Amino acid sequence: MARAAITVIGAGPAGLAAAVCAAECGRRVVLVDENPLPGGQIWRAKKNLPAIETEPWRRRAQAAGVEWRTGCQAAQATPERLWLESAGEAETLAWEQLILATGARELLLPFPGWTLPNCCGAGGLQALVKAGLAIAGQRVVVAGSGPLTLAVAAYLQQQGARVLLVAEQAAPMQAAAAALLLFSSPARVRQAWRMRDALRGVEIQAGCWVEAAEGAERLQRVRLRRGRRRWSLECDYLACGFGLRPNSELGQLLGCALNAEAGLQVDRWQQTSVARIWCAGDASGVAGVEAALLAGQIAGYAAAGRQDLAAAFIARRDRQQRASRRLLRRLALRQELRRLAADDTWFCRCEDVPIGEAQAYASWREAKLQTRCGMGACQGRICGAAGRFLWGWEAAGVRPPIVPVRVGTLALTETGEAQ
Amino acid sequence: MAKPEAWDVAIAGAGIIGCACAAAAAEAGLRTLLIEAGVPGGGTTAAGMGHIVAMDDSPAQFALTRYSQQLWQQLAPELPRQVEYERCGTLWLAGDEDEWRLAAAKREAYRAQGVPAEMLDARALAAAEPHLRPGLAGAMLAPEDGVLYPPAAAKFFLDRARARGARLLAGECQRIEARGLRLRDGTQVAAGEVIIATGTRAAELAPGAAIAPRKGHLLITDRYPGRLHHQLVELGYLRSAHALSEDSVAFNLQPRLSGQILIGSSRQFGAATAEVEPAMLARMLQRAIEFMPGLAAMSCVRAWTGFRPATPDKLPLIGPVEDPPHVWLAAGHEGLGITTATGTAALLLAQLTGQAAAIPYTPYLPSRKTEAVLEHA
Repeated sequence: MARAAITVIGAGPAGLAAAVCAAECGRRVVLVDENPLPGGQIWRAKKNLPAIETEPWRRRAQAAGVEWRTGCQAAQATPERLWLESAGEAETLAWEQLILATGARELLLPFPGWTLPNCCGAGGLQALVKAGLAIAGQRVVVAGSGPLTLAVAAYLQQQGARVLLVAEQAAPMQAAAAALLLFSSPARVRQAWRMRDALRGVEIQAGCWVEAAEGAERLQRVRLRRGRRRWSLECDYLACGFGLRPNSELGQLLGCALNAEAGLQVDRWQQTSVARIWCAGDASGVAGVEAALLAGQIAGYAAAGRQDLAAAFIARRDRQQRASRRLLRRLALRQELRRLAADDTWFCRCEDVPIGEAQAYASWREAKLQTRCGMGACQGRICGAAGRFLWGWEAAGVRPPIVPVRVGTLALTETGEAQ
Repeated sequence: MAKPEAWDVAIAGAGIIGCACAAAAAEAGLRTLLIEAGVPGGGTTAAGMGHIVAMDDSPAQFALTRYSQQLWQQLAPELPRQVEYERCGTLWLAGDEDEWRLAAAKREAYRAQGVPAEMLDARALAAAEPHLRPGLAGAMLAPEDGVLYPPAAAKFFLDRARARGARLLAGECQRIEARGLRLRDGTQVAAGEVIIATGTRAAELAPGAAIAPRKGHLLITDRYPGRLHHQLVELGYLRSAHALSEDSVAFNLQPRLSGQILIGSSRQFGAATAEVEPAMLARMLQRAIEFMPGLAAMSCVRAWTGFRPATPDKLPLIGPVEDPPHVWLAAGHEGLGITTATGTAALLLAQLTGQAAAIPYTPYLPSRKTEAVLEHA
């Protein structure tokens, strides 16, 4: 059993920044992350190569003595300890202060064919390519909503994919306004210019969405809709995500309150409703990488008791968060997306529950009990969020383990003993 | 809503007990109303394992569980696929020679009651369940035991009741009134008879009903088809079920039709919240891993808790309350409510309609003298 002063969960931008700032204040910091290399989703490493953006933070973290736990997942928590698992090895870790930087995940919505092989989330396909999937020369349709789809399309194009179309579901005026908002800060301008270069020649349609994915063994074509126009497009991959939702499970397990965006509620110092627990980045409400870096620095300094240093970042964080919220409001999901799925479209792909079966129930709880939707290996992360969008179903409480782990990991006592 | 005297029977609580009673009442031709505050089958029913088991802790318990098990077997052809009823049998595991002798005595007790049971020696046990640790003395197999998925079973009874004219009303029962019930929202329900089937909360409507919540933990694994074939229970389980004060754990493993494995069990009195307690969970899982070491490396997806409605003598309360008249209890089934839902409904309806019952119901009458049965194992 190891002891820790400040424990940071998640080594994306928010977690890296938080760990660095807390450690630079002279505090002992342990940084826990599920991936082998830092960067989280947005700065995901390519195979063994860390993303360039992580470099300055990695150097500072190293200099300040941050201890890394890579390839390590937190499965359960009490106010004193975390249960961790890495490569089949389990341990419990004592924590004094906890900074949750657990990021966000994609919202996937069911439409006919969405579970066909080669249909992925937008970030999902990007992660596959970074893990080694050969995408060069492949025909890709990127669809859904949000800034992530554009970034993914740009990335795939840079990797040699043939991105045939980027379909943004928001109406053209809304999407155009959102695009303008992308230029609301110098960093965003640079980002947008890089993206524009990469996307040169790629067709981008607003007010356009995928109605169905078709193919025998795997994806062969998508059926698209824009206004009254419907057409088909042959392709090899579909990357389709409808924006991001906060990963709030660990905080919920520890009793932290949620905010209106289903993220963890935080105060101006990034402190959650529970003492000694802080949250930074998309886990407290999706706001993008710049806001995450600023919030991470605030959380790191504040957790180390240096509110004086944290204060310098507050105004900029608030500006970034406001800008992101304005942008995301423009991209609100359209009603038609609620009616795409047919009765036999899978709702829960883990437990093979079709839409027609699930929607017969009045609540998530009742549907879960009777159909087992949400009870499989993804623990309802996909269908739970879809059910909330489709039918307004309230999420159920969080139960351990928050990620599937070995039975032996939960068999550890608080003091980390196996017997 | 209900006009005065519209209902012959109003049942508080749509767990598996309330739903089974509703189905039996509706089948008897009674105009039946079922009242539930939450999701039908969403309380203790949803938290339970769904082990259909003949349990010989006491003669009365054995009689009720065996009778109920036979009723389940009769129902089997009608149960929809979702109920996942499967007669997989229970293996009562003997860790050493002492427990082997206990198992042999248990087999004799089963046989004396005409319940099939057979002994598996160490080698036969290893062949039947190759993932158990080596060195166990053997087991007693109860081949007629089975498993099912409780929420779907509750829904089966609910659907059956509704098909025969019963209605489900969303609402929370606040108190019993003369010839009926009052709901928390002020609604008055007029009914000739009232059945209280609210499990751990029965005493709120039936003051004096000696039922205490007894917390339990369960955990379910990912899918491992073919890894487990029988429900496995350590013979020491009865010791755990007996302990009336101390927290206890016992090895109890169930194969699900999905290939998932349910791991139990724990028992706690006086637990304040429904949260999973890592220490208790760890203790329960360590016990399971002692019996089946390979469990440690298996992936698990979910742990949860539930509260068993426990009575001091570990028998349910089935029959009229002492006062007022026309009020009945069907509650207090501890960890056996899924098994005994069928028998409970049959015995209660027999009393309510004045019909002959298939087994004596006096051991379960709420008016019996309930003294704590102290640990004897």
